Amino acid sequence: MNETAFKNVKSLPSSHLLGTGTPMCAGCGGLEALHEIYDVLGEKSVFVNAAGCMTLLAVYPFTPFRGSWLYTAMASAPAGAQGIRDALDILKQKGEIEEEEDLQVVTLTGDGAAYGMGLSATSGVIERNLDFLYICYDNEGYGNTGQQYSGATPHGAKTATSLGLSGFAGYKKPLFDIWAAHRPAYVATVIGAEPLDLARKIEKAKSLKGPRLIIALSPCPTGWDFDPKESVNIGKLAVKSGVWPLKEYVDGQVVHTKLPTRRLPVVRYLETQGRFRHLFEPERQEGLLKEIQQRVDEYWAAVTC
Amino acid sequence: MKRRLLTGNGAAAWAARLAGVDYVPAFPITPQTEIIESLANWIDRGEMPGRLVTLESEHSMLTAAGAAAATGVRVFSATSSQGLLYAMEMLYTVSGWRAPFVLVNVSRGLSSPITLEPDHNDILAARDSGFLQIHCATCQEVLDSVLLAYRLGEDNRVRLPVLVNMDGFYLSFTREPVEVPEAEAVAAFLPSFQAGEIRFRASAPESQAVAVLGGGPYSYFRYETHLAARIAIQVYDELADVFEQSFGRRHAAVECYRCEDADYLFVMIGSFATKARAAVDSLREAGWSIGLLRPRLFRPFPEAQVRRLLAGRRAVAVIDQNLSFGAGGVLYAELAAALYGEKAAPPVLASFVGGLGGRDIPPEEFYEIARLIRDAAERGETPPPRLLYTEAELRETRKLQAIAKVERAGLGAKS
Repeated sequence: MNETAFKNVKSLPSSHLLGTGTPMCAGCGGLEALHEIYDVLGEKSVFVNAAGCMTLLAVYPFTPFRGSWLYTAMASAPAGAQGIRDALDILKQKGEIEEEEDLQVVTLTGDGAAYGMGLSATSGVIERNLDFLYICYDNEGYGNTGQQYSGATPHGAKTATSLGLSGFAGYKKPLFDIWAAHRPAYVATVIGAEPLDLARKIEKAKSLKGPRLIIALSPCPTGWDFDPKESVNIGKLAVKSGVWPLKEYVDGQVVHTKLPTRRLPVVRYLETQGRFRHLFEPERQEGLLKEIQQRVDEYWAAVTC
Repeated sequence: MKRRLLTGNGAAAWAARLAGVDYVPAFPITPQTEIIESLANWIDRGEMPGRLVTLESEHSMLTAAGAAAATGVRVFSATSSQGLLYAMEMLYTVSGWRAPFVLVNVSRGLSSPITLEPDHNDILAARDSGFLQIHCATCQEVLDSVLLAYRLGEDNRVRLPVLVNMDGFYLSFTREPVEVPEAEAVAAFLPSFQAGEIRFRASAPESQAVAVLGGGPYSYFRYETHLAARIAIQVYDELADVFEQSFGRRHAAVECYRCEDADYLFVMIGSFATKARAAVDSLREAGWSIGLLRPRLFRPFPEAQVRRLLAGRRAVAVIDQNLSFGAGGVLYAELAAALYGEKAAPPVLASFVGGLGGRDIPPEEFYEIARLIRDAAERGETPPPRLLYTEAELRETRKLQAIAKVERAGLGAKS
């Protein structure tokens, strides 16, 4: 990342292209990430949205976007991106629109669509080498319906459909690996709490052609049960504890963009959120806590770059 | 103008080619596949411009179709049966985008049990989707209706996607002589698609299909779509005239065959209506005063024309090639609704269900239906709905069941 325009936090854009006053919850980590992404991406874009929290960004007749927007359905936003991209290419080829009328096509979905219902459509567009950007705001559950567990929910988390003492019995699906296995142009994980890392990745994604896919871990005050003012801190803890590795896939290689040399214990991250409170109260569940820590340790033990 | 022997699928593909479609999102399904194969081959060989992309499902196919139309290109796609149902969420969704395109459906009975042969439960499941619907009875009509459908859907008073329906096997795989118009004549009838303000451009940001809060704006957009579909009746009639002037063939919204003085009428949609047409000829020869009413336009439903054409008849038999479980024939209910309260409505409107999963309706069944409604008219009493099925068919099915039972018992004895 030598050619980056973003040398330090001070060089990040302060254009605030995305409008304010949206109906997202206070402290929404997804909206935080989107603000940062949009500033780098710019307004010559069309967002193709799937059913999720951010469907409510554009409520008739208002929109926070300077550019365009199309709401599709939960399963098929990538296919919507395919239709728009293909149509714009056809119009350019026929000479019916000028190059400067072209748009970056951006799919915007939550984890419910990205990890589950829309995975087949995503696989399809990567296979067809679609030139587009996918942004998944991952709040680790079906947030817009009250945080039921999804394919993105971490092991042990309490959700509206995993209220038992051990929380969610499954494990967070490795979407980064699934996407990367398709060998697209670019895959990256980001988080709004690390804006410099995020901006450089969007900058790089913007410079590439083909399928470029971004997963933004999105601390969710309502779904994860914490005070909205803690959103950024929790995001930082997710990275420092090693729970959310910041990495990118490009040219067949996975590279970690932030190697936490002295990782904080995972409990420091878990104890900040109500969804993990049952791991500490009324009895500390040592077995489960140990397992969660172990899985994070195993991940990092295998990381070489 | 060339006459070619074309299947219904071939006619649909030729129509898309002549319409100069820019974009074909595709997904294979029997009995529709020949349409997208033909287009793919023509595009690959450079015989037609345009781009064909095979999606990973019909749901994605319809999404891409709607999104491309909403970006301002002319789009064509085709599907059938389970594919149409798999895409159903997006049919309802993209019609609200007011981005016109044409989707050909090759009717095939729905699962379960799974079958390849035709009936209309697939297309009628899309009845309330906001897509307009044109039902074809011949391969020529398929070609002509696709061209009409583009003009109709793209008309600024309408701006809705259109489904053109043909029956699987009976039309899709049956070759008929089809007049294929010259490209220049089609270009004169169908100018290039004008997207107007509904398109994505960097200089003119546009939010499409956004969420609404509350029933006020929601109802506003739903009513808009409904009213646009209603205007499509008048627009269709205008276009039928223009089409006739351009190509010499008339495709009325409602076709009435030997209706002028008819006391009795069959009512059917699709290619099985040609069986009724043959029965009408035979019955006429035997002295019957009978005809056939065939709505081609099903959405919007041209009820004023249907009412006018049914007024004063003694009895009408509606033969539905579909079944709404627990209610009966869908077309029957549409006609009953159109006729209710009309002074000149025929006193007998009888319901028959047949042709499910490609089951034949032989001439003698039409004759029986004719006798039934004539007797009903004389008694002044509407007969109960009837499911067409013969004793022989029941015997055959029972025989299959008995064989299977014996075979299974035999396997059990061995193990």
